[in-house]
Amino acid sequence: MEISTEELKQVSVMAVTGRVDSATAPELENSLKKLVEAEKTQIVLDLKNVEYMSSAGLRAMVSTLKAVKRVNGDLRLASPSPRVEEVLRLAGLTSIFSIHPTRDEAVASF
Amino acid sequence: MERKLTVPGRYDRLEQICDFVAQAATEAGLAEREASRCQLAVDEACTNIIEHGYEGEDRGLIEVACEGEEGELVITIQDWARRFDPSAVPEPKLNTSVEGIGIGGLGIYFMRQIMDAVEFSYENGGNKLVLVKRKET
Repeated sequence: MEISTEELKQVSVMAVTGRVDSATAPELENSLKKLVEAEKTQIVLDLKNVEYMSSAGLRAMVSTLKAVKRVNGDLRLASPSPRVEEVLRLAGLTSIFSIHPTRDEAVASF
Repeated sequence: MERKLTVPGRYDRLEQICDFVAQAATEAGLAEREASRCQLAVDEACTNIIEHGYEGEDRGLIEVACEGEEGELVITIQDWARRFDPSAVPEPKLNTSVEGIGIGGLGIYFMRQIMDAVEFSYENGGNKLVLVKRKET
């Protein structure tokens, strides 16, 4: 898994590549936590290049969502692959997260 | 034909286990979506074994066996951790408010949703989980 973060005016965009499973989810959660601690709480998580995600990845995203919502921020998801979208749907999270077809649309939604 | 993979219970072995299962699923004639569901179920099962069974990495082995026939894959996952009681796992709290979401128990919930059969048993000093996936018609 690889993570890259880009700071835009009002939004932080974190792009994830590869597998998000129990081996890699803690790194994702830590990276997200660092953004929140730096008071960057308007976050787009770009999932376009995530080839696989298990519940460990969902857990990292949900704990971040809870943290940013408490300070009126949001974690919005961009371009999940059909495979990742299925996992989100199975977990009933498609109504909890704001999900956008592209990164740019997710950024513009803030 | 049965294939078997034995690995130490470590999270960095999940990818190897997933690849092994995906190959067996493809050989059994399952579609890509069914194969990826098998990978997810096995990943969740092995994560639970490491996290809750062995209570940490490198504390025991996980053996994954795949037996495929045309259109059906039977996956047997064996560990030697303490006895696992699936009825003691709480249901995840889903479809609720953000603060109310409880992700615990999601692994077993996923397995039951995406596999055709999920059976836990305890024998010979270890837990045996049998997962079955059939080709959708």
